Amino acid sequence: MEDNRDNGKKDHNGPILLLLLIPMLVFFVPLYNTVEPTLFGFPFFYWFQLGWIFVSMIVTAAVYFGTEPR
Amino acid sequence: MPLNITALTVFVLFFVLVTFVGFAAANWKKGDLDKLHEWGLAGGKFGTIITWFLLGGDLYTAYTFIAVPALAFGAGAIAFFAVPYTIIIYPFVFVVFPRLWSVARAHGYITAADFVRGRYGDRWLALAVALTGILATLPYIALQLIGLEVVIAAMGVQLAGALVYLPLIISFAILATFDYFSGLRAPAAIAIIKDIMIYLTVFAAVIVIPLQLGGWSNVFAAVPREKLLLPDNFGAYSGYATLFLGSAMALFLYPHSVTGVLSSSSRHVIRRNAALLPAYSFLLGLIALLGFMALAVGVERIPAYAASFQQFGANFAVPALFLEVFPDWFVGFAFAAIGIGALVPAAIMSIAAANLFSRNIYKEFINPNCRPMQESRTAKLTSLAVKVGALMFIIFLPHEYAIQMQLLGGIWIIHTFPAVIFGLYTRWLDGKALLIGWAVGMISGTWMAAINVFRPIYPLEIFGTTVPGYIAVYSFILNFVVSVVLSAVFNMAAKARADETRPSDYYALEGAGGGTGH
Repeated sequence: MEDNRDNGKKDHNGPILLLLLIPMLVFFVPLYNTVEPTLFGFPFFYWFQLGWIFVSMIVTAAVYFGTEPR
Repeated sequence: MPLNITALTVFVLFFVLVTFVGFAAANWKKGDLDKLHEWGLAGGKFGTIITWFLLGGDLYTAYTFIAVPALAFGAGAIAFFAVPYTIIIYPFVFVVFPRLWSVARAHGYITAADFVRGRYGDRWLALAVALTGILATLPYIALQLIGLEVVIAAMGVQLAGALVYLPLIISFAILATFDYFSGLRAPAAIAIIKDIMIYLTVFAAVIVIPLQLGGWSNVFAAVPREKLLLPDNFGAYSGYATLFLGSAMALFLYPHSVTGVLSSSSRHVIRRNAALLPAYSFLLGLIALLGFMALAVGVERIPAYAASFQQFGANFAVPALFLEVFPDWFVGFAFAAIGIGALVPAAIMSIAAANLFSRNIYKEFINPNCRPMQESRTAKLTSLAVKVGALMFIIFLPHEYAIQMQLLGGIWIIHTFPAVIFGLYTRWLDGKALLIGWAVGMISGTWMAAINVFRPIYPLEIFGTTVPGYIAVYSFILNFVVSVVLSAVFNMAAKARADETRPSDYYALEGAGGGTGH
């Protein structure tokens, strides 16, 4: 909802928030429901999802620094 | 199993330590504990690091540490839903929950039901939100006791007759006492110790055990082929995706999550934690893999554990694994981590349920003119009653009931989503419509769970095709449709909408004054 009584303390929204859609890739389950390629003995199903945690942390941190008022 | 004296000694020492910390916490970031927002929200003074430990200790519970690997041990790949579940939740928290923090700070709200009361001016909708929160929380506390019970039994503490529940009762008496005196400060302080212990335990396990087994490929080789991945069909995918979606939507509606969010000292703390909390998700993923390690070690074939597997089922997999691979002193340390990991969320959950009862039921319906001290005393007594109730649940009813109730809890709590989360963005939805939507969702969700014999994934028939999906998501869709359609109808009879919040409140960096209520 648009804020009509903005007092200068609005949320710092913007296109950068769209980056937060990147973590949502995990909804495409068939993408990673495979054994190959394995990594350190981990089937893809497991290392992809574990690795995606770090991707989403980096994305969220990037959005944080991109939207925090200075 | 014989009594493991070394492990038990280490375990007891850590319990004594956290007991001292729990009591000492009353003086931490000092506040007047006769006020509810000081006792039940620690005055909203927690910074980024304490909030990280508090929410981590709160959301990733002892039961999680036992049940997720147990699911991996028994059912395989589907247990990994815990990972995407906690991936998708944090971007959502990042965007949405600073708004809740701000509006709560601006108006002195201490619960989600407080916000609903203020936003819609509807005490019955607020009551529905409060009751749902309390109902969903009670079995969750009971489950923490199961986690504690399993590790105590694994140390060979087998008391006979009336004494059988004595260790549980002692642990909960300790918990109840420091909770009563120190409020939310106690679990926050203990969470720091507990989380460090859990990290050490899990990192030790994922380094040492695969080495002993000759590498990770041997760990995964122990998993039966058909359980290593999800079945390759649409139904398995829709079940998996809706399970983690619905779990994620529910997670931050639980009262103990809201309490954790509102106890933080600024909206920036929440945003930072949305980026930092996934560290626990990684930990949880590793914990799930402990179930596979237990398979690789073959714990269920070891005769010494047969009786315990009979009693606790797959929930005994992780304790058996630790007993098998770790020296006794480290077993004690690891079990203490799990045991304390039961106390921290149980403490926060009972405080959160107590806040709801005291603020949204006692003050709203029973004693509207109560003084702050009466309000906080009611909360303290409620937190005691809630714990006694959870203890009774575990002592007198089969554990199966607690597990089924907790499943229902997740299905119930999601029905507060429209009122709370949509309410943070729009006042277009009507209070009465939301209340009817809530009722439809609660009834349909409970009904689907019952006819599905308490399995979370329901095989819904849509135009002749079966689409398996998490019941919470399906019943949420019903709730949403009813809320929107009825709101459209009710809004045509245009009348002034009650709403004490202003748009700028949702961005507020500071409140008007200490949380004394509406």
